Amino acid sequence: MSGHNEATGHAPHRNYVKIWAILMVLLVVSVVGPFAGIRVVTLITAFGIALVKAYMVAKNFMHLDVEKPIIQWLMAVALVLMVLLFYGVAPDVMKDRGRNWEKDAGFHPTVEAGHSGAAGADSGHATGSH
Amino acid sequence: MSFRTIATTRSAMGMPTGRLAIWWVLVSEVVIFGGVLVSYIMHRLAHPEWADQAAHTNLWIGAFNTFVLLTSSLSAVLAHQAAEQGNGPKAARFLFATIGGGAVFLIVKAFEWTSEITHGYTIQSGGFWSYYYTAAGIHATHVLAGMLIMIWVAMSALKNQDLHRVENIGIYWHFVDIVWIFLFPLLYIAK
Repeated sequence: MSGHNEATGHAPHRNYVKIWAILMVLLVVSVVGPFAGIRVVTLITAFGIALVKAYMVAKNFMHLDVEKPIIQWLMAVALVLMVLLFYGVAPDVMKDRGRNWEKDAGFHPTVEAGHSGAAGADSGHATGSH
Repeated sequence: MSFRTIATTRSAMGMPTGRLAIWWVLVSEVVIFGGVLVSYIMHRLAHPEWADQAAHTNLWIGAFNTFVLLTSSLSAVLAHQAAEQGNGPKAARFLFATIGGGAVFLIVKAFEWTSEITHGYTIQSGGFWSYYYTAAGIHATHVLAGMLIMIWVAMSALKNQDLHRVENIGIYWHFVDIVWIFLFPLLYIAK
């Protein structure tokens, strides 16, 4: 059942300034975290906190938590399709061994050089052109 | 004789068609941004050497723009609150503040891109830069589109007209904010 008021269609209002303040604290943590130089801490503070911030905005600002279930399902299905896209395509991009494909040198760092291809021109040019 | 658009008077699945439509738009936006971000993530994981290119993005500019967008989301939801209280002029003021936030975001981005391009980092400088300009460019286009629509909504709100649109454009704006919340660590922190 929707949390929007059935009579007025209005969403319940919250202390938005307080929510914004929490988002600001999370932003500071996500910026400071990587300076520790620890990979796990960087992953948690950057991407973990991004998930929390996105959840807070969707829940409190977009009122997704009190939206009609059909909307929540729509968004959930779209996100699941995004994950499916990753797992469907990732083997082609991230694996350098398998059947019926060959990657040019430079496409993947673990592939030994031996071929020259367009993909080989994909990396390192920025520093060269600087 | 006055006319009201169908979206303001009709409901489907228990909700106004205008709000339903904006959620459908966002579902398609998830596919657009999701495709770009997922594609970037898998390529970034497959190319650790892209870290050398990513090292040249400016963390502080990204952080400032995150601050700007999060703050503009606050003003957008406060506009929604004012609209539900029937205070159109107040909603319009908050919407104009949101538009200002979007303008600051785009101006900062323009200076940032100008600096990067003059240093030789163009969309053709490598895989990372291709994704960087594509993802941030599509996002900036959405910010601009949101600002233009918001001007139109705010002008109506000033006259206390079609206040339901304040919520609809707000939902869109928050989504654009969420996209940036993920672009920020992907493009500016992961190095």
